[in-house]
Amino acid sequence: MILLMNANPLDAYQALWEGAFGTKNAVADTLVKATPLLLVGIGICISFRGGVVNIGGEGQMIAGGLAAVAIGLQYKEADPTTVIIACLVGSFIAGALWGGIAGVLKAYFNVNEILSTIMLNQIAAFGMMYLVRSEFIDPRQKGRAAPIPETERLPRSLDLPRIGGTLDDLYDFLGLSSADANQWGTTLLHNGIVIAFVLAIVVYILLWRTTIGYRIRAVGKNPRASRYAGIKVKRYVVLSLLLSGGFAGLAGGIQLLGVRHRMNAEGGAIAFTGNAGFNGIVAALFGGLHPLGTIPASILFGALLVGGNKLQRSVQVPSALITALIGLVIIFVVASDVFVRRRSRRRVAVATSEASAETAGVRASL
Amino acid sequence: MIENLLTASVLASGIRLATPYLYAAIGETFGQRSGVLNLGVEGVMLMGAFTSLWAVHEITPVGATSYYAPALLAGVLVALLVGLLMGLATAVINVTLQAQQGISGIGIYLFGLGMSDLLFQKVFRGQVITVNGFPKVNIPVLSDLPVLGEVFFRQNLLVYLAFALVPATWFVLNKTTLGLNIRAVGQNPEAADAMGISVTRVRYFTVTLGGMLASLAGASLSISLVNVFQQNMTAGQGFIAVALVYFGAWQARGVMFGALLFSLVNALQLQVRTKGIDVPDEAASMAPYLLTIIALIFASRRIDQPAALTKPFERGE
Repeated sequence: MILLMNANPLDAYQALWEGAFGTKNAVADTLVKATPLLLVGIGICISFRGGVVNIGGEGQMIAGGLAAVAIGLQYKEADPTTVIIACLVGSFIAGALWGGIAGVLKAYFNVNEILSTIMLNQIAAFGMMYLVRSEFIDPRQKGRAAPIPETERLPRSLDLPRIGGTLDDLYDFLGLSSADANQWGTTLLHNGIVIAFVLAIVVYILLWRTTIGYRIRAVGKNPRASRYAGIKVKRYVVLSLLLSGGFAGLAGGIQLLGVRHRMNAEGGAIAFTGNAGFNGIVAALFGGLHPLGTIPASILFGALLVGGNKLQRSVQVPSALITALIGLVIIFVVASDVFVRRRSRRRVAVATSEASAETAGVRASL
Repeated sequence: MIENLLTASVLASGIRLATPYLYAAIGETFGQRSGVLNLGVEGVMLMGAFTSLWAVHEITPVGATSYYAPALLAGVLVALLVGLLMGLATAVINVTLQAQQGISGIGIYLFGLGMSDLLFQKVFRGQVITVNGFPKVNIPVLSDLPVLGEVFFRQNLLVYLAFALVPATWFVLNKTTLGLNIRAVGQNPEAADAMGISVTRVRYFTVTLGGMLASLAGASLSISLVNVFQQNMTAGQGFIAVALVYFGAWQARGVMFGALLFSLVNALQLQVRTKGIDVPDEAASMAPYLLTIIALIFASRRIDQPAALTKPFERGE
């Protein structure tokens, strides 16, 4: 595909790599881009393990972003730490509710969740544009002839704390710090990535170490057997989508407090989400639908996105290439699944035939 | 207010705007009837929209002021070819490789979205190019009827063809052996297989046909309805088309009524905008999606979904 654009592939790969990991700034960019992917991705792990295909990350992120900006603007004067926490909790709840709609529709009205979440994405996008143009618009834009459709910027006290300085201290402590001016402290890296890492571990524990997680996975594996086992399947379908939507909503909230600081209706939904609602699915699939596997996968895709921008600037390859590539990655991942499944089935078949051969042998010896 | 809005010209544009929905949803109906959910329609539409416009642009003589028939024919053929290739790829992924259909479709969508944009940037440098698309064809006598003439019989060829597909689809699905095989494969692939029907071959056929029709749906946008290409110009119509198949209960006629309902809402939306009636733009844009969800709630009450939908088939030993 890169050849198609008449660019030298080697140059392109080098640009991609340099763009993503070449400098401390680039690494910071990569991690910042990876944050929403990871949060959406761990939500996707929950829903897909629960047998629910949540394509609604985009809409849930927008719901979360809107909630965060609304809470932040409402309590500009209050204690910043409390407000930041309130914003993040609010964004989780908003995303959860938006995802929960699809959950209720699936569980109680038998509406295919893939279709309903896609529709909810569009509704959220238009809803956001409407709100930002009317209710939420920056008072300073109101009187203008051509108002920019955006909200007020949240006060700087509500920006997620940057963690570059801490990293520099750590470097000093380890004696690694270099004399050059290029320090972590000047990068835009915020603590959202730390929150995302911690939550990935929490979700891993939830899914594999708690009853709720066990039931979510049981419902995903075999809903009928789960029903016979006394699990309230419908409730767990809704729960999967609630949690999955919640993490996407939180991704929106963190994106807002950490990167955007305001909602802007120009450029539509994608300008805010950066397609993370979809790309998070890719990261999760690539990470084997495992929250911990999603960590490196989302960093990889964050790097791809950042490198893609660099690619565009240095070898004139449009970043649409990255969208197309991500599409191909999804296809390859889901298409190669069959080989994994076949192999595991063969292993089971071999095991059972060996077992039966053994019993036959035992019987013969009797 | 309603009289003001429901004029003959709005109804005519409602009919016209139904074309992309119809092609895409009818193609999807074939696929779903045989048990394959193809969510990549939107991506295939975008590719069809771009490549057909490209072909028309290349072949039309420079400076032409009206349509150039060979170019339009080439546009349609190119769209069909692109659809054929993407449809075949979809079939390999979903039928042979048994990918999870909900997700592979998103992959195909993102590929089409990115690839069509990439080509657009590359070929036209992102400039919006207008082409001379399909002209209106007035059907003799009928087009002179009052109101009905304007609404139904002064449309272009792709519009007529789309509506002609509805009875054709009904006929193929319900009155031919091929249709019987398609339905059998969608309801009970094991039994169909035991009867000697090749599940794989039937599904390859329906999915490829679906790809071709989806691509044609894109072409009907770019070289017959708006005559330009823009990044992401389908704006969710492919996904709505998939929903329409559920809405129409897997019947060609139901799909057509669904398509008309949606296109009429679209036409009204445009009318509301041009008349400057005080409805928020976004509320009007949101309407089709809300409508889809409501439609899905009612559609799901009936239980005539093909039993094997989204389930890959693997021959037992």
